[in-house]
Amino acid sequence: MELAWFLFILPLASAIAIHFVLKKRPCLSGAVGTVVTLAALVVAFFIRGAQSELGFNWISLGNFEVNIGFVIDKLSSNMMLIVTGIGSLVHIFSLAYMKEDKAKARYFGNLSLFMFSMTGIVLSSNLVMTFIFWELVGLSSYLLIGHWYEKHSAGDAAKKAFLTNRIGDFGFMIGILMLWSITGTVNFSELAANPPAATCALSIAVFMIFLGAMGKSAQAPLHVWLPDAMEGPTPVSALIHAATMVAAGVYMMARVFLVIGTDVISTLGSVEAIAWIGGITSLLAALMATQQNDIKKILAYSTLSQLGYMVMAVGLVNPDAGMFHLYTHAWFKALLFLGSGAIIYACHHDQNIWNMGGLLKRMPITSLTFIFGTLALTAVPFTAGFYSKESILHAAKDQGSYLLWVALGVAALTTFYMFRLIFVAILGKAKHKHSEDAKEVSMLMLAPLVILVIVSALSPFFSDFVPLPELKEIDFHVVPHFGDKLVLFSIGAFVLGFIPALLLYAGKTKDPLNIPLFRNKFYIDEIFGHIIKWGQDILAAVVHFLDEFVINGLLVGGVTRSAQGLGNLFRSKIQTGNIQTYAFMFGIGIAITIYITVFA
Amino acid sequence: MYASLNEYLIISGLLFCIGFAGVILRKNIIVIFMCLELMLAAASLTLVAFTRFKPFQQEGATTTLPDYDGQMLVFFIITVAAAEVAVGLAIIVALYRSRQTIHTDDLDALKG
Repeated sequence: MELAWFLFILPLASAIAIHFVLKKRPCLSGAVGTVVTLAALVVAFFIRGAQSELGFNWISLGNFEVNIGFVIDKLSSNMMLIVTGIGSLVHIFSLAYMKEDKAKARYFGNLSLFMFSMTGIVLSSNLVMTFIFWELVGLSSYLLIGHWYEKHSAGDAAKKAFLTNRIGDFGFMIGILMLWSITGTVNFSELAANPPAATCALSIAVFMIFLGAMGKSAQAPLHVWLPDAMEGPTPVSALIHAATMVAAGVYMMARVFLVIGTDVISTLGSVEAIAWIGGITSLLAALMATQQNDIKKILAYSTLSQLGYMVMAVGLVNPDAGMFHLYTHAWFKALLFLGSGAIIYACHHDQNIWNMGGLLKRMPITSLTFIFGTLALTAVPFTAGFYSKESILHAAKDQGSYLLWVALGVAALTTFYMFRLIFVAILGKAKHKHSEDAKEVSMLMLAPLVILVIVSALSPFFSDFVPLPELKEIDFHVVPHFGDKLVLFSIGAFVLGFIPALLLYAGKTKDPLNIPLFRNKFYIDEIFGHIIKWGQDILAAVVHFLDEFVINGLLVGGVTRSAQGLGNLFRSKIQTGNIQTYAFMFGIGIAITIYITVFA
Repeated sequence: MYASLNEYLIISGLLFCIGFAGVILRKNIIVIFMCLELMLAAASLTLVAFTRFKPFQQEGATTTLPDYDGQMLVFFIITVAAAEVAVGLAIIVALYRSRQTIHTDDLDALKG
């Protein structure tokens, strides 16, 4: 499957070409980026279903070997389809969305760089390579969030995303090194051949690796960067911060679980912690989403919440369910984000939902696709989200975990905040002249939306296209389970969320609820701010103490003071100017010399 | 009855100590100078005593004839000391002329 090299070379070549040659030709660079991504999609189609591994040795130090190479299996090739598929649609959407942007070439160059890096993560054959590309997606995410760097908030958001990710990545690196010290290899195939025994060290190593996923997939408490990342252009949010990059953490955990083996993993203590982190993240994010007013922020928190679901499934040692949700979520969340992009574009870049409304009449196709995405996200029966959420609920139920109730609560909250968005922004009356002027967007934007609706609708029924590690049998046909109580619970959660949304928000022009705790994101940003401030103050105080008293006072000052003291002693006690003192000293000196030479 | 070597050495040590104490303690520079000469004399006495008691050996037989090398040396020392005294007194006279004092406490121009 040497064809797979093209998946690397094409976007890399495009990124290099755009950045170094085509900087002055924005339209051409857009075309190059789009064509290359479409070509990658075609290649991804060709390699689908293949089973191979190739690469070359890159570093060889003693028994430490790092390859540059890929693993092509069901997990990675189908993941590639998601990445290149959504990537292509986002490129096409961007052609229209970024039409008037003055840094279009830079935008498409960075998008190509992202496609290259993401390909690296998906296909990588070892953890070190994964880590390298992990950092590269972090870089491209940084560049794209900060695309409008003249805006202060965008620059800050980019920095925040990068730094927060670095915290997680540091843990990831430690995890890789720990795993290497336990097993002596970082290659997936060798790990799979000799899986390590379930020890405490392995448990810690897995959790450390999960820290990387925690940063990239924005799990609490490292979730703070994702909502801010919405400062980037909306297509970027759709591609990177909803569908692909943030899901990389889940993908990577699925890969690690696949090679180590679930029977070993399930005996580790840390996976339960992973599940709970996922559950808590999804709950917190859903609560925060209920009080946001920015359309992209709502979707960002919803992404957080859904990522929490996936991580929870992974933590429940059912990565299949997590990957299934990743797969369906990628399509419908990309749809929602691109839809929100179209709405924002039509509303003159106004993102406040309380300035929208009445969009169903003015831009019917966009609104309908958006509503379709919402139905999928809220797990209405027979939509994509319904099947995948169901599989996660099953995973929780199989473990007999309390997380089942968390998941159901989150499902209800999801329905609540998404229909709040629909009632306020799409339905009702226009609340501002921005939304009164809104017109249906161009074909170039509508086409990706419509394609995404179709793909999203069909996605759960083509189980061959699901990127599964195939660790456990997943029942995709939840339909026969309708007798199952869980489905009733799930539908109950939907109703529980829908009715309050209908009662509270239908036809409202102001938010009837005001919960500062949720609106201010549980004050987590402020708490972090204080922790960092206090931490730095304490560190500064300690460093100041060391510098002022130990280094300056004791070491530098001590040496000078002792030299000075000794000098003063000689000056006042010996260098008296009195000839007899000199004679006395001379005598003592001779006595000592004689003593040493004769007796000692 | 002759004195033994130890007695000579004790006397010479005492002389040396008295001389040294004088050098350290007395304030008049002339007295200090005299004490210096005392120390010199003590050293000379040691030298003489050692040569006097050094056994003279020749072809395995011990004779009573002493070795006079050290005593000769002492003559030279005395001669040199006389010259040195001349120089020293000249310095003291010059010092007195310039400073109007021969008290060591007043001579502290080298004080650090």
